[in-house]
Amino acid sequence: MVKYLLLRIANYAVLLFIAVSLAWVLAQTQLHPRQLFEVRNPPLDPQSIENILRAANVSDQVPLWDRYVTWLKGIFLHWDWGSTPGGADVGEEISRRIWVSFRLVTIGWLLGTFLGVAIGAWTAVRQYKISDRVITAIVLLLVATPSYVTGEVSKMVATVINKQVGFQLFLFLGEKSTGTLPDYPLAELVDRVQHMVLPTLVLTLFGLAGLQRLQRGLMLDALGSDFVRTARAKGLRENKAVMKHALRTALIPTGTYFAFQAASLFVGATYTERIFAFQGMGIYGVDTISKQNINGVVAVTAFGGLCYLIGAILADIMVAFLDPRVRLS
Amino acid sequence: MTATAPFRNTRQTAAGDVVLSVHDLHVTFPSEAGPVRAVRGLSFDLKAGETMAIVGESGSGKSVTSLAIMGLHPRTARITGSVTLHGKELLGLTDAEMSEIRGEDLAMIFQDPLSALTPVYTVGDQIVEAIQTHHSISRSKAWQRAVELLDLVGIPNPDLRVKSFPHEFSGGMRQRAMIAQAIANDPDVIIADEPTTALDVTIQAQVLEVLKTAQRETGAAVIMITHDLGVVAGMSDRVTVMYAGRPVEQGSVDDIFYAPRMPYTIGLLGAVPRLDATNKEPLATLKGNPPSVVNLPPGCPFVPRCPLAHSGCREREPELETVGPDHVAACWENERIRTDSLTSADIFPTQVLAPVEKAVVEKVDQEVVLSLENMKKHYPLMKGAVLRRRVGTVYAVDGIDLTLHRGETLGLVGESGCGKSTTLLEILNLHAPTEGRIVVFGNDTASLKRADKKRMRRDLQVVFQDPMASLDPRMPIFDIIAEPLGVHGWSKEKTEARVMELLKTVGLEEGHANRYPQAFSGGQRQRVGIARALALEPELIVLDEPVSALDVSIQAGVINLLEELKQRLNLSYLFVAHDLAVIRHIADRVAVMYLGKIVEIGSVEEVYNRPSHPYTQALLSAIPIPDPTTERSRTRILLRGDLPSPANPPSGCKFRTRCPLFEGLTAEQRTPCLEAMPPLVTAPAGEPVALESSGVPQRVTTTVPEGGVETDHVVACYYARPVKVL
Repeated sequence: MVKYLLLRIANYAVLLFIAVSLAWVLAQTQLHPRQLFEVRNPPLDPQSIENILRAANVSDQVPLWDRYVTWLKGIFLHWDWGSTPGGADVGEEISRRIWVSFRLVTIGWLLGTFLGVAIGAWTAVRQYKISDRVITAIVLLLVATPSYVTGEVSKMVATVINKQVGFQLFLFLGEKSTGTLPDYPLAELVDRVQHMVLPTLVLTLFGLAGLQRLQRGLMLDALGSDFVRTARAKGLRENKAVMKHALRTALIPTGTYFAFQAASLFVGATYTERIFAFQGMGIYGVDTISKQNINGVVAVTAFGGLCYLIGAILADIMVAFLDPRVRLS
Repeated sequence: MTATAPFRNTRQTAAGDVVLSVHDLHVTFPSEAGPVRAVRGLSFDLKAGETMAIVGESGSGKSVTSLAIMGLHPRTARITGSVTLHGKELLGLTDAEMSEIRGEDLAMIFQDPLSALTPVYTVGDQIVEAIQTHHSISRSKAWQRAVELLDLVGIPNPDLRVKSFPHEFSGGMRQRAMIAQAIANDPDVIIADEPTTALDVTIQAQVLEVLKTAQRETGAAVIMITHDLGVVAGMSDRVTVMYAGRPVEQGSVDDIFYAPRMPYTIGLLGAVPRLDATNKEPLATLKGNPPSVVNLPPGCPFVPRCPLAHSGCREREPELETVGPDHVAACWENERIRTDSLTSADIFPTQVLAPVEKAVVEKVDQEVVLSLENMKKHYPLMKGAVLRRRVGTVYAVDGIDLTLHRGETLGLVGESGCGKSTTLLEILNLHAPTEGRIVVFGNDTASLKRADKKRMRRDLQVVFQDPMASLDPRMPIFDIIAEPLGVHGWSKEKTEARVMELLKTVGLEEGHANRYPQAFSGGQRQRVGIARALALEPELIVLDEPVSALDVSIQAGVINLLEELKQRLNLSYLFVAHDLAVIRHIADRVAVMYLGKIVEIGSVEEVYNRPSHPYTQALLSAIPIPDPTTERSRTRILLRGDLPSPANPPSGCKFRTRCPLFEGLTAEQRTPCLEAMPPLVTAPAGEPVALESSGVPQRVTTTVPEGGVETDHVVACYYARPVKVL
């Protein structure tokens, strides 16, 4: 198993390198940071523009291959992911934002998965009863609603509640308050929690909705399968047969979904970040493109790829853990 | 199980007393078309230790009955009547109360062993679960018992295999594990729902034997649900025949088989091709199909298919009437059937065919339409996703010689995985095989051009096993039958006339041409498949298990149709089947395959009467014969274990690992078997010896026949000798 995983990781590392290199070529050829400086008023001296671009290793006057070698050297020798055209360090920016994203999505992701699986399985057992129909309708509504709508609506509702209770119960700008905090124990933590509630809720609903659909379908298949009937024929009560035999088997495909979802959430929670003003990876990815930040684009792509590959390995481990048929062969 | 103390020493119901009693059971499901009356008034008493079979075709209500008794029916079902176990009413119990009984007093074995065990738990865990659900014993004790149970059902190395997951077991082993699980708590009643239908005949014989052992050890009563009359004859004491949700005849197994009093039972018995039948009369055919149990018209549901029906039958449905001691039948005409001693031939007149020309003698001179010469098909076993490398070879077909003459039917038999289907596919591909030659109508497939292939496909057609999967559900059957004609450029008018003619030929109505496949029953769909194969007037048809997916009464009609077509159109058939009784009925010659090799080949009479290879003998002896007296007196040759993997075949003779003959040989005698696969030589002459008194095997002295292997009865065994199996 360990050997198999190591082999898999080596395989993925090669794939990641190729993917990031391609992203680099694409960014270097399609983005034009020079334009940023050419439109400056008062105009900059062309030579200083060239110097700035060369400092960031994004000048289109340097041969592509030379730029590539410089870029590679920077990464492999100094772990330097380059700088923005303005000169800010990309690696530093990203290492800060990774944690912002991590804090933002982790709870929502776990909670969404757990609730999605639980509700999906529960509605499958109660197929076509009122509770199933109502929940399925709500979930479909959630799936169909874009996350920025959910986010904005949650903010409106929070505003109303804040007015009703007479103080700022929910906070929704950034990770924490700027300025001075009130003076009581754990004030900082409470403040962070107040900021976290709404984005976490949005992400939870988002994750829950997807997983409920998936898990309900898987569970229905499992419930109709022969082995659940066998378990019942052995004398297991319905609940136990469902939990022990049907749910356990129906979790196998969910494991894969769960792992891959982590990867996509990390770099894909763009709307949630924007609406709640979190300075995370998703919004950074969009910003880098609009600001012609070639090194930023490549670094975000590399991080996204890494997340995806970690997700893939995680999925392999999850499936091997859940499914003995994979474990042994 | 001598090592295992049973959980309960005293039984609540003594042997010979009624343990399970079903009275006037009705099961109805709601559906959009109206209520589905799946079971209508079933009653029976099951005595302790007794085996009762419930026989019927698909949709007759047998499986619904078993689920209703277990309380595992869908919640939408409405059940009335009474089911009592040890005198205690089961209907109306809560799920909690029923759960106490299920697995403890009432156990069940399901049809498909591949899906009936939970894939994520070990076999041992699942047996332990069955025990611990009902008994508070320690896990280690329960585990110990699981090992003993696996030993009882014949799993080799049970202490190791108990930790295996279901996917590591073959189908037969899984069904054994299923039986172990069912008998874990010494139940009083075991319900077995088609327990061997999904298994190969040799494995079926093993599993039925295990079931008998399990019953003997536990003293349980068994309800055996099956469509296989051979299994019924061999296993059961009493029989209930069901039709359209109703029991139509009940009695002792001898009454049902030797003195049936209901035309459906009679027809069913006449429709089964028999392994021990020496004549080749057409089988009794029941016209039409079992009725839908939604909105049944009044009267006997068998009326549309019953030649004895009269107006009275259409008005009122007959009740079960006592026709003998412990024998009831539901037929207004049961008295006439007795007094006139009507048989299936009297009731179901079959179309008499022109006598079959026994052309075995002139076969040599006849034109050869297909010949395989040392044909091999090997598949590489690959590993790795990016850098694929070959890690082994599957020897699917490993050098076979076959010859098929014009107008002849050659049967190809063997267990699943023996290479029968690969052989067919290789012939249909019209490519060069891995090694050897395939010659179709005198053309070597290795040298064919595209245009040649297209031309030859007109003369070479195929009928598949699954009539549902082999017809496009989105095409009306007219288009399905016309498709090959279109490919070969027939004009529209000619096509239309031809399709109509074909529909008539295969016994379908012209008015059905616009319907889609789902509007037809299995037998009718198979007829569509045959019509499509016949469309281009082929000379050679290869048939891959064409009747194995069909119900008995339907199967007989298709077999008769195939026979009739062969004679009328002078077709040649290469007929692949696992059912040796069907082959005996339809084939002129038969080839027995084992692990990619032909081990015996000869005329049907020779091979069935003087089987000389131990594998052929085992196959023939494994097949149950629908005749209780014969079944009771038969000795079975039980093969050990499963077919070895064709990727890793044994050295020397491929059969030696399971060969009962090999087991009895001395080390010196075994030498040739270990060294090389025996060549096909003329089967030794002499009267077949009885199975029991076969004595010490002698090395065969015959050689490869001069005229080639296709002319004679040849066998690939160093110690071949004819044995009387049937």
